[in-house]
Amino acid sequence: MSKIVASAAIRGARAITKEAEDFLIKAIQEKSADTKIGFPETAFFLPMANALLGVEVKTLNEAVRVLNYAKSLLPQVPKEKLWLPYLGDTLDAGIATMLSEEIIMVLRYLYNQEPQADCNGFFTDTILRSLGIQLVDGRMPGFAAILGAAPTNEIAVSIVRQLQERNILIFVGSSTNGRSVIDQLKESGVEMGWDNYIVPYGRDTLSAIYPLNWAIRSAMTFGGLKAGQAKKCLLYTKERVFAFGLALGLVDDYKYATGAGAINMGFPVIADTDIPEIKPSGITTYEALVKEFDYKKIVPRCIEVRGVKVKVSKIPIPVLYGAAFEGERVRREQLYCEFGGKSSQAFELISSKEAHEIEDGKIELIGPDIDQIPEGQKSLPLGIVVEVSGRKMQKEFEPILERQLHRFFNYCMGVMHIGQRDINWVRISKDSFAKGLRLKHLGIVLHAMIHEEFGAIADKVQVKLYTNDGDVQRELAFARKVYEERDERLGGMTDESVDTFYSCELCQSFAPNHICVITPERVGLCGAYSWLDTKAAYEIAPAGGNKPILKGECIDSVTGEWASVNAYVNLRSNRVVERFSMYSIINNPSTSCGCFECIMALIPEANGIMIVHRDFSGMTPCGMTFTTLAGSVGGGVQAPGFLGVGKIYITSKKFISADGGLRRIIWMPKELKELLGEKLIKRAQEIGEPGLIGKIADETIATTSEELLSYLEKVGHPALTMPSLI
Amino acid sequence: MAENKFSGDKATQELRQVAEDLNIQTIWDREVLQTPHCGFGLLGICCKNCNLGPCRVDPFNPDGPKLGVCGADADVIAARNLLRHITAGSACHNDHGREITKAFYMTAKGEAQGYKINDEQKLKVVAQEYGVTIEGKSSPEIAQELAKKIFSEYGQQEGELALIQRAPKKQKELWRKHGMMPRGMDREVVESMARTNMGVDNDYRSLMRQGMKVALSDGWGGSMIATDLSDILFRSPRPLSGKSNLGVFKEDEVNIAVHGHVPVLSDMIAQAATDPEILKYAKEKGANGILVAGICCTALESLMRRGMPVAGNFLQQELAIITGALEMLIVDLQCVMPSLPEIAKRFHTKVISTNPRAHFPGTEYIEFNEAKGFELAKQIIRKAIDNFPNRKKESVNIPKVSADLVPGFTTEYVFDMLGGKTRFTYRPLNDGIIMGRLRGVAAVVGCDNPKMQSGDTHARLVKELLKNDVLVVQTGCAATACAKDDLLTPEAAFKHAGKGIQEICEAVGCPPVLHLGPCVDNSRILTACCEMVKEGGIGNGLDELPIAGAAPEWVSEKAVAIGWYFVASGALVVFGMPYPLYGAKNLTNFVTKEVEEWTGGRWAFEPDPMKMARIMIDHIDAKRKALNLRPMMYQ
Repeated sequence: MSKIVASAAIRGARAITKEAEDFLIKAIQEKSADTKIGFPETAFFLPMANALLGVEVKTLNEAVRVLNYAKSLLPQVPKEKLWLPYLGDTLDAGIATMLSEEIIMVLRYLYNQEPQADCNGFFTDTILRSLGIQLVDGRMPGFAAILGAAPTNEIAVSIVRQLQERNILIFVGSSTNGRSVIDQLKESGVEMGWDNYIVPYGRDTLSAIYPLNWAIRSAMTFGGLKAGQAKKCLLYTKERVFAFGLALGLVDDYKYATGAGAINMGFPVIADTDIPEIKPSGITTYEALVKEFDYKKIVPRCIEVRGVKVKVSKIPIPVLYGAAFEGERVRREQLYCEFGGKSSQAFELISSKEAHEIEDGKIELIGPDIDQIPEGQKSLPLGIVVEVSGRKMQKEFEPILERQLHRFFNYCMGVMHIGQRDINWVRISKDSFAKGLRLKHLGIVLHAMIHEEFGAIADKVQVKLYTNDGDVQRELAFARKVYEERDERLGGMTDESVDTFYSCELCQSFAPNHICVITPERVGLCGAYSWLDTKAAYEIAPAGGNKPILKGECIDSVTGEWASVNAYVNLRSNRVVERFSMYSIINNPSTSCGCFECIMALIPEANGIMIVHRDFSGMTPCGMTFTTLAGSVGGGVQAPGFLGVGKIYITSKKFISADGGLRRIIWMPKELKELLGEKLIKRAQEIGEPGLIGKIADETIATTSEELLSYLEKVGHPALTMPSLI
Repeated sequence: MAENKFSGDKATQELRQVAEDLNIQTIWDREVLQTPHCGFGLLGICCKNCNLGPCRVDPFNPDGPKLGVCGADADVIAARNLLRHITAGSACHNDHGREITKAFYMTAKGEAQGYKINDEQKLKVVAQEYGVTIEGKSSPEIAQELAKKIFSEYGQQEGELALIQRAPKKQKELWRKHGMMPRGMDREVVESMARTNMGVDNDYRSLMRQGMKVALSDGWGGSMIATDLSDILFRSPRPLSGKSNLGVFKEDEVNIAVHGHVPVLSDMIAQAATDPEILKYAKEKGANGILVAGICCTALESLMRRGMPVAGNFLQQELAIITGALEMLIVDLQCVMPSLPEIAKRFHTKVISTNPRAHFPGTEYIEFNEAKGFELAKQIIRKAIDNFPNRKKESVNIPKVSADLVPGFTTEYVFDMLGGKTRFTYRPLNDGIIMGRLRGVAAVVGCDNPKMQSGDTHARLVKELLKNDVLVVQTGCAATACAKDDLLTPEAAFKHAGKGIQEICEAVGCPPVLHLGPCVDNSRILTACCEMVKEGGIGNGLDELPIAGAAPEWVSEKAVAIGWYFVASGALVVFGMPYPLYGAKNLTNFVTKEVEEWTGGRWAFEPDPMKMARIMIDHIDAKRKALNLRPMMYQ
């Protein structure tokens, strides 16, 4: 920490802490000391204060304690000569800054001054959970927090694009000379929001606490650390959260102070101005403070300094490529051409071949390319046939790989992919076409990505793209035969038809006693892993997070209890869970990790079960929101009456079949009903309750148990007459 | 001026000239009169342990005597002598520790006037290491129990010391394996003396094993107790700005110097000197204030904790009187020259001796007693104030020489320094070594000796180490010597150090040379090294760390004891002059080579500071290589 940096950071910390103090005094004077304060949708109160001090701040009065601690940390600015060591002091100043900024932000919420225009404001726990999955599976290698403004809008866009290309989540905000990178991106028409991996937090430096108090929650959510384990939380973010700050333009005292906070978390800061560098490592993994004037080099420099592990190698195509573009849409006004959907016939197929049949990397385009589309026409037929060979490749893996095409196409900037098999739909934007994107590039992408992600099973990959109607029709006929064969194989697959289940232990990093047992009819709680996925994952990486469990002796076929499953779960849950039933919420139910898509809760008075999904933030009839429920049930404990599940499981034949199955469901949010749509209706018909969906209440009907009960009685919900659950 | 090695320090030069002008004999003059020193003594091969002798063996003449009358050969004679040196040195530190424990115990019982527990957190840590349960007990209760445990550890007959358990597992296993694990502090001193009696232990290896055992009882026993209890009692140091050299004395104030080692006295004098009643009394006597400065190690105790100025190191004690501005010199024990009362007679300076262990004819003896600590301190200071009007203006020669420094570093503070209160850590230090910004860490410690170019040797060695990106830690008079050259300032990094250290110092804001305190605080080096091992990445034992130590101008037997506890703990230790040894070939081979197989540490002897630096750097490089660390970043 050079003395200049230390002095600036300490001055900044003193000023910010003073600002927090003044604001807090004002708030206490204008409101009352016991006025409730808090950020929206979080179980962590003031998350930074919660993590570092273990305090649960709920009122203005309780914030005073945090402020006093921050004040006690404030050091003196180092002397001009014969100065005393300042590194530890500066880090203390950084802690004080973060605590004070958090107080200022929560007070702004109290005064309805946050979120700022176009900005996200506080990042909720829900976002943390949902992006946490991407962290677990490595799709997201890290976060960048950009502070200030680039010299030009073009540079701002270029930096953001380079980060997106590397799948790095980008928080943008703060200002330099009254100009914010947020406005630079806005003016340049860059789409922002969580789907685009670009999230504006606020136009002042103080609001940079949002990404920081978001990141610190990961230590408690995913790291299994308790509130108050300050040093461990900070070391967790250093080791596990690959974040860095990028300061564009003049670095003032406030930015230095906030940077000192970030450095405490192990996040280095890279600046485009002539700042004193701090190279020695130890608090950060590599350098702590670095300058880079060349905007072409600044993003690679950030990645190097933070040690971000960017997984996707650079793919030689004329547009940017990365997970950041996954959610991007190609709208009609941007549309250059499209395939499938309603516009033409298209399909996609992955099939396995013998090694000698394949020339690795061969990309064939059979038919016209998109620059040969006749004037006035906007679509072509498209047949995508990917042939894969590998010593470990199996027929069973074909649909798993095929399902990845969706993601691989969407990673392409300006390419949109929807659907699958012969109902796929691909769009290419005008911008991407103008940048030189052609059909063969899609082949290049598929070849590269299959190697990148499935290198363990795919040795050789070749791609054929057909754009003549005759070719497409011929190949489609063959593809449909393959789809049918697969459906027979997959559709007929039940828990009884297999002799092996698979464990999923991916979440043990944050719920050490939690384990998922995944069967053909019971998807993982997160909804992301099916039985086939786990089977393939085990084949691909035998030492990974998924292990086979031979079914063996069945103890109870109704509750779904097997001796070998019990033994395995007991061993891998650190001897915490003794018995484990697959199909019950009441008797020895599965543990719940924390990233479940939905959570179910018993409503005793209605003799039924309500279910709420993660995206629903409102109140439920059990008196708790999703966040509260998740907080009390998650973490890898068995909680009879509560169960985290994946959405698809709701329509499974084995859905809490021991407790009466779908008939028990008495409440679910409207959105979830819509999401499950046809499948839910079909399942209701299968069980002989065609009117059930209408009898299940939603938030427009009931948000209290009284309202719920009176509705159930009115419509004659079957749960009321079923055997008692308890 | 006597013709001997010249000190580069201007204050020393000026006052030596004054001494010569006044025909006052000082240490440099006496040193000249003693040269050439006795050859048999230098070689370690004379024995006066019984009345069969005195004996000496002839190292040169093949026909001369090779055995003492009893039959002891050169190796046995030199090893017995050496063991007695180590034992005397360890006894000093261990007794110092006992003295602090006594004050600590009296404080805990509320019987010590003016003292209090200043660091409760450290008290709890140390108490738990001694097996004292702390739950539900007040600090005085904990402290009383701890003091009793420590007292009994002095006489402990079997088992192991409490604080030595701080050492890495590897060291403890080596010590147990080689029979070097000390039992009780007093026990090892007694056994050492018994072994060196005529006809007891006649194997130089066995004698050296005991030497290491008694030395370990010092470093990980008495010295460590002294350090830790002093921190608890007088507060744990943190960096502050200080001043040093004889120019700190004030023309218009009552100048008092405290000299010796045990802070029980010096700290109380410093405290009492700020008493308003005393200050008022000084005013009445025409003084503008009271300046308490220190000499030798007791100065460093109060420098580290209070920022009390350091008047000088060992060699400057007589010169402090010769400034003519010193109203009083208060001494306790260790390194206090018997010549002081004689020189004081030429000036108005009063010399007060205070410790029942250390009497000096010609001084006024006021026995210091913690029970009346504050009152006694005030009483002594009043006498100094009374003496102020006796100062003769024409005799005053305060050199206009003083230097700034930033002292106050401790094992515990390094955590805060490198990571702050929340991220407290040694990681940046270990990382610095692993990444090759820092080559390693060297301790440059010990005394100052008129045989050498006082101060200059230390400074040249330290500068050479810094140039090669070796971070330096210092204690004792060696630190005071380097302070004179401004090496203990944060600015020194950018003047003397290599690029790697510069980057570290720029990041941390610390000086490139860290002052850890007086010579008992060499124990801090041991504990800091333990933390480096614990932090990881640079070896599993102290012997694997890229570190080295040196005492270029050693004087005291305490230095020999310190050197040995470092060698026994796995370090290379370089002395500027050998202790009496070279007449015993096998023993020489043992201390410079064979012992490395036991402990991983060894001795080297080299007077030239540049060559000394090379020996240390080569050793550090060898350790880096063994650890497979990357090459230096800026070589």
